[in-house]
Amino acid sequence: MSTHDLSTLKAGDALPTLTTGPITPLTLALFAGGSGDHNPIHVDKAFAASAGFPDVFAHGMLSMAYLGRALTDWAGATAVRLFGVRFAAITPLGATVACDGIVEQIVEQKGERLAKLTLRATVVDGPVTLVGDALVRIG
Amino acid sequence: MIDRKHIGATTEEVSIDVELSQLRLFCQAIGETNPVFLDAEAARAAGHERIPTPPTYPQTLLNLSPFKKNLVLDVIEADLARMLHGEQVFEHHHPIRVGDTLRLRQTVADIYDKKGGALEFVVLETLARNQDDVVCATLKSVAVIRN
Repeated sequence: MSTHDLSTLKAGDALPTLTTGPITPLTLALFAGGSGDHNPIHVDKAFAASAGFPDVFAHGMLSMAYLGRALTDWAGATAVRLFGVRFAAITPLGATVACDGIVEQIVEQKGERLAKLTLRATVVDGPVTLVGDALVRIG
Repeated sequence: MIDRKHIGATTEEVSIDVELSQLRLFCQAIGETNPVFLDAEAARAAGHERIPTPPTYPQTLLNLSPFKKNLVLDVIEADLARMLHGEQVFEHHHPIRVGDTLRLRQTVADIYDKKGGALEFVVLETLARNQDDVVCATLKSVAVIRN
């Protein structure tokens, strides 16, 4: 269901970068309600301070959802077969997040043509926050 | 240290409806504007029989599921202030769509430590099946506890 042709895809090709932000306290309040993750460390500054953090910080799953948007924008709403990340650094308030992906190889699995991707979310002018990979149907 | 006896602990199976209003709130929160995820007509026009859900949405359904006890907070009794999300993996086998009723069950798959116990890791696995008993997704979360 993609909006563009993925049939000529090859190793080394890149996903269009998805850039979003800046992340505000409202972003985190909305994500707490939208995702059902009510961990106070993301919305309550006093709680974050008690845990040793200078301020609240973004849910890792928010950046993973941004990466998911990059995947479904590119390959279609139901194309993702496998999607995994490691959370490498905290995403602070004010961050603008860039989501990138590179095609590592094209594989066949269960009769489907899949792109194997490496993924990365980065705080613009800051650290890499998520590293991961995905298998996405391309035909 | 977390008692390793909790490895294998499992929740009851609970049901949760996949509702459009919650999905729309999730989409608003992540800046998702693709009409396929928001509007039944747009979904049908794109070839989906019902509105599909984004690839990380199973975690939302898990978060909102009415388990009697939360495995991490109530069974393992980990301290939320010392816990961070280490890893997350979704395997998708069948689309999860608005109108589905999912059935979820979560298990403590492993508990281990690194750096002489300074960091402990709790691996949680969840199976999500739909109303037709089709396995839609499996989820793996790794929580990191800073001791």
